[in-house]
Amino acid sequence: MNDLEYQVVVGLEIHVHLATRTKMFCSCELAYGQAPNSRVCPVCLGMPGVLPIMNRQAVEFAILTAMALNCRVSPYTKWDRKSYYYPDLPKNYQISQYDLPIGQDGFIEIPIEQGRTKRIRIRRAHLEEDAGKNTHTFGDFSAIDLNRAGSPLLEIVTEPDLSSPAEVRALAQELQRIVRYLGVSEADMQKGHMRFEPNINLHVTRNGQVFKTPITEVKNLNSFRSIERSVAYEIERQLDEFIETGKTLQMGNKKTFGWDDESQCTVLQREKEEAHDYRYFPEPDLVPVEVSTEWMESIRSRLCELPLMREKRYIQQYRMSEYDAGVLTADRATAELFESAVQAGGEAKRVCNLLTQSGLKMSNDRGCTMAELGISPDKLARLAKMADNGQISATSAVLIFETMTQSTDEPEQIAAERNLIQKSDAGEIEVLVDQVIADHPQAVADWREGGKKSAKSRGFLMGQVIQKSKGQANPKMVSEILDRKK
Amino acid sequence: MAGTIDEAQVRKVAKLARLELTDEEVKRFSRDLAAILEYIQKLNELNTDGVEPLAHCLPITNVLRDDIVRPSLGAEATLANAPDRYEDYFKVPSIFDDNSGA
Amino acid sequence: MLELTARQLRDRIVRRDICSVEAVEAVFAQIDKSEPTVGAYLTLDRTGAMEAARRVDEKIAAGNSVGALAGVPMAIKDNLCRQGAATTCGSKILANFHSPYDAHVVERLHAADAVILGKTNLDEFAMGSSTENSGLKRTVNPWDPTRVPGGSSGGSAAAVAARMCYAALGSDTGGSIRQPASFCGVVGLKPTYGRVSRYGLVAYGSSLDQIGPLTRDVADSALILQVIAGHDLRDSTSVSEEIAPIPDYSAHLDDPLKGLRIAFVPHLNEGADPQVLAAFQNAVELYRSLGANIVEVRMPHLDYAIACYYVIATAEASSNLSRYDGVHYGHRSKKADEFAQVYNLSRAEGFGAEVKRRIMLGTYALSSGYYDAYYLKALKVRNLIRQDFSRVFEQADCILMPVAPSTAFGLGEKTADPLQMYLADIYTIAVNLAGIPGISVPCGFDDHGLPIGLQILSGPFTEDKLLRVARMFEKTANLPQRVPAVLG
Ligand SMILES: [Mg+2]
Ligand SMILES: [Zn+2]
Repeated sequence: MNDLEYQVVVGLEIHVHLATRTKMFCSCELAYGQAPNSRVCPVCLGMPGVLPIMNRQAVEFAILTAMALNCRVSPYTKWDRKSYYYPDLPKNYQISQYDLPIGQDGFIEIPIEQGRTKRIRIRRAHLEEDAGKNTHTFGDFSAIDLNRAGSPLLEIVTEPDLSSPAEVRALAQELQRIVRYLGVSEADMQKGHMRFEPNINLHVTRNGQVFKTPITEVKNLNSFRSIERSVAYEIERQLDEFIETGKTLQMGNKKTFGWDDESQCTVLQREKEEAHDYRYFPEPDLVPVEVSTEWMESIRSRLCELPLMREKRYIQQYRMSEYDAGVLTADRATAELFESAVQAGGEAKRVCNLLTQSGLKMSNDRGCTMAELGISPDKLARLAKMADNGQISATSAVLIFETMTQSTDEPEQIAAERNLIQKSDAGEIEVLVDQVIADHPQAVADWREGGKKSAKSRGFLMGQVIQKSKGQANPKMVSEILDRKK
Repeated sequence: MAGTIDEAQVRKVAKLARLELTDEEVKRFSRDLAAILEYIQKLNELNTDGVEPLAHCLPITNVLRDDIVRPSLGAEATLANAPDRYEDYFKVPSIFDDNSGA
Repeated sequence: MLELTARQLRDRIVRRDICSVEAVEAVFAQIDKSEPTVGAYLTLDRTGAMEAARRVDEKIAAGNSVGALAGVPMAIKDNLCRQGAATTCGSKILANFHSPYDAHVVERLHAADAVILGKTNLDEFAMGSSTENSGLKRTVNPWDPTRVPGGSSGGSAAAVAARMCYAALGSDTGGSIRQPASFCGVVGLKPTYGRVSRYGLVAYGSSLDQIGPLTRDVADSALILQVIAGHDLRDSTSVSEEIAPIPDYSAHLDDPLKGLRIAFVPHLNEGADPQVLAAFQNAVELYRSLGANIVEVRMPHLDYAIACYYVIATAEASSNLSRYDGVHYGHRSKKADEFAQVYNLSRAEGFGAEVKRRIMLGTYALSSGYYDAYYLKALKVRNLIRQDFSRVFEQADCILMPVAPSTAFGLGEKTADPLQMYLADIYTIAVNLAGIPGISVPCGFDDHGLPIGLQILSGPFTEDKLLRVARMFEKTANLPQRVPAVLG
C-alpha cells in the first residue's frame, strides 16, 4: 500500500472493578443486573450532608494488585477530588487519587509470539469510585441508574510500551488472568468488570525523519476483540490521515474516539481535547492511608505465583505442551487443583490429560472453571493412578471423571459399580488367548509369518480376546501374553 | 499570581461551575472577584518556602470500614426527591448532544 | 418558665415539677408572639414536638430513665439533616428537599430525649455573617429588629435570645456560631474540629465545618456538648475517644482554675469598635483580678487568616456545592429543555448571589494555572497560622479576643460590599483554620444596648478547660440583667 516505515505506540488505561462485597465509600451491596436504583444510599447518591468512608478490603485489593504488578506501593497515600459534571456522577466529583497513587513504577510481563515474553511498564495504579450508568434507549431522554455509582475501581495506566494490536490484547488478557488469580476481581468482561482505553499513535519515518501522529484515545472498550480491532483500525486510519494531511502530534490535538462494534470502526467523539479542568484537590472528608510495614507484609503474604510464571514452570517441570500449560494455568483454582492432585500421587501427564481433555470440555459446557467441577485433588489423583496401573482403561477414566462431577462417590466405587475394572488375572486371560488362537488359525499363521499382514492380524487377535472378555481384559496384559505365544 | 480577573475569565469560570450568568452578573462578579483576589494577594507577602501545605488539622489516618453490606434506601426513597423520573430511573433530557461530560 | 436554662428545665421536668408538654406549649406561645418579628425559624414541627414531649413525660411518669436533655425544647439549624423533614440550607435550590436520614447530632438529641421544635434560618449554605444571605427568609436581631442577628447561625442565635427555644444547634465554618451568639447575647461554642461528627451536616467548607451549641449560659453549652461529642464511624474526620478522651464537661465547671495563663494579641484589636474594645479590656482585667496570669503575645500570621480562609473555604465549597445540579434532587429549572440547561439554569436560579460569588471564587482558585498560586499557597499559610496557635498554647492556656469588631450592624448595611463583610470575620476565622475550639460569651452592652461577646480559645480537645474559663467569667462578670427588645 505504501512504503512508509512506522512504529506503533500504544499506552493502555484499564479500569478494573474490584470484587468487594460493598461499594468503595458506603455499605451498599455491589450488584450487577439488579433493579435500577435498588442499591443506592444517601452516600452514593451524593445527598447533602453525607460523608465517605473507605472500604478496607478495596484498599487491600488495590495494594495486592499493585504488588503483583511489581509497583512501588506508597507507604502514604491520600484521596483527591476530580471534578467534572455528568449525571451518573452524583456529586459531580469523583473521589480518586491524584499525586499519591497506591502503586507506581511497576511492570507486567505479557506473552508474545514463540513463548517469549515482553515487559510493559506500569506508570501507576490508583483507587477510585465508579460512576453510575446512563441509558438512552427508552426514548428521547436519558435515564440514570446509580447502582454502580461508588463501586471500587482500580485504574491501571501503562507506559506507551505496546507496539501492536496483538500486544494490547495480550496485556488485557494477562491482566485479567492476574486479577482473577489474586481474587481481587471477577474480571468478567460481559459485566463490564474491565474497561480499556488505549492511547494510540504512530512514529512514522519518512526521508530519514521521524514524525509522530496525533494521539487518539479510544474510550470504554470492554472486550478483548474490540480493543485489538480498534487499535488495528486506528493504526490504519492514522496512517491514511498522515499520508493525506501530514498532521503531527501537537499540544491539544488529541482526539477522542468511540468504537462502533457494528461497523467495526472508531467514531470521533471529541475533535479537540476540550479544555478539561478537573480541579483536583485533596479530599477533605477522608484522612490519609498509611501502609505500615506489617500491614504491607500481611498483604504480601496473599500474593501467589502469577499465571505466566506458573505456565512457564509447568512447561519445564512437567514437559507439558504450551497449550496444556495455558489451559491449566488459566485460573488459579484449576492450577492449584492440578498441582494438588500431582502432589497426592497422580502422575502429572495423566492428571493433565484428564483435565485438559475431559475437564476442559465439561467446564466449557457448564460455563465454570475446571476447579468448580467439584472433583477433589485426592480423588483426581486416585483416578489417575487407577488409569496408570491398568486397573481401568483410558476410556473408562473419562467416564469415571464425568461421573465424579455429578456424585460424591469414590472413583474406585464408580469403577466397580459400572464394571470398569479391567481383568488382570494372567491365568484367566491366558485361557481366553488360547481359545482365540485355536479359533483363528489363519490369522495366527499370518501373524507368526511376520509378513505384511502380521501387524494387522495381531490387532485382530487382540480385539478378539478383549471382545471375549466383554471389554474387561487389561489390554497391556493381553498384549504381553499373546506375544509370549508367538 | 495573576492579580485581577476580567469578564472573559469570569465567563470561563462560570462555565466550569455550570452557572448561567446574566451580563449584569458577569460585570458584578468581575468587580467583586477582582477586589477579593486583590485582597488575597496579601498571602504573597509571606514566604512559605519549605512550609508544608496543611489540608487538615487532624491527628488521624487509616479510617477504614469493614466490607459488610448494609441495607440501601430502596428505589422509592432514592427517587423520592427526584425532579423527574422514568420508572425507577432518574430522568434528564437526552445527554447525547451534550459535551459537558468527561 | 421561659427564663430557665436548659439544664434547670431538664431537672424540673425529671423531678416532675414541670412537664415537657407545658414547656413546649410555653415556647410555642412565645414563638407565636415573637416569631412574626424575628423570623428565626424556617420550619416548625408543632405536632412532632408535642408528641415527643408527651413521650418524655410518659417515660418519666412510668419511672423510666431519661436522657440528658429530657423534654428540653430545642431548635436546629436548617443545614442539619432530619429524617423526613425539609433540609433547605436556606437555599431555593433545596427548598423542597426532604432528607431521608438523620444527622449524627440529631440522633444524639433524640437519644438524649430532647424535643426538636423546628429548623432555624441561616445564610444560604452557611455562607455569610448576617443571615441576610438566606434565600428563603429574613431574620432580625431580637435586641433591635432593624439589625442583623449575625450569621450564619443567625436563626439559632435569635431563637435562643428570644426564648423561642431553650437551646439550639448551629454550625461554625468561620465564626458562624460565635459571631451570632455575640450579636444576640447568648453563649456559642465551636468545638475542636473532629470532636462532633459532621455526618448529616450539609457541607460548606469540609475541613473547617463543626457543629456546636448556642445556649443561654455556659453550663448549657457543656451539657449539650456532652450529648453531641464523640466518635462516629460515618465521619472519617471524627476523632475517636481513644485519641481524644471525652471528659465530663459539667462536673468541674465551677471549680476555680489555679495558675491560669491567659494570652491576648494586642495588635489584632486595632480595627475594633471602641466600645467592643472597652468591654474586652474589662474582661481581661476581670481575669487578672481573678488571679490569672495575663500575657501579651504576637501572632504574626493572623492578619492573613481572612485571605487564607476565603481561598480554602470557597475552594471546598465550590466542590461541595457542585452536587446541587437539578438531576437527582433539589430544584430543576422549568426552562431546562436541553440537558446542559439542567445544570446551568437550575444552579443559576437556585443559588443566591453570595453563594454564586463563593462558588466562582473557589472554582477559580482550583482551576488550572491558579491552583498553586491560590489554593496551595493558602494551605501553606494555614500551616503557619496553626503554628502561631501552637506556640501560644505552649505558654498560655487560653487566648482572649473580641468575637467581632462591632456589635450587630444594621440590615443591609454591609451587603453592597462583600469584601467589607468578609473582613469583619477577622477574629473568628483563624480558629477554624487551626481546628481549635472557641467560645463566645456575653461580656457587656454598647450604647445602643446591643450585646457584646468575648471570645475565648484553647488548644485542640480542651473544651473542658475552655468551658471552665468561660464559666469563671460568666459567674463573676455581673453583667446587667437585660432582655431583648422583642421580649419587652
Ligand atoms: Mg479514572
Ligand atoms: Zn451507597
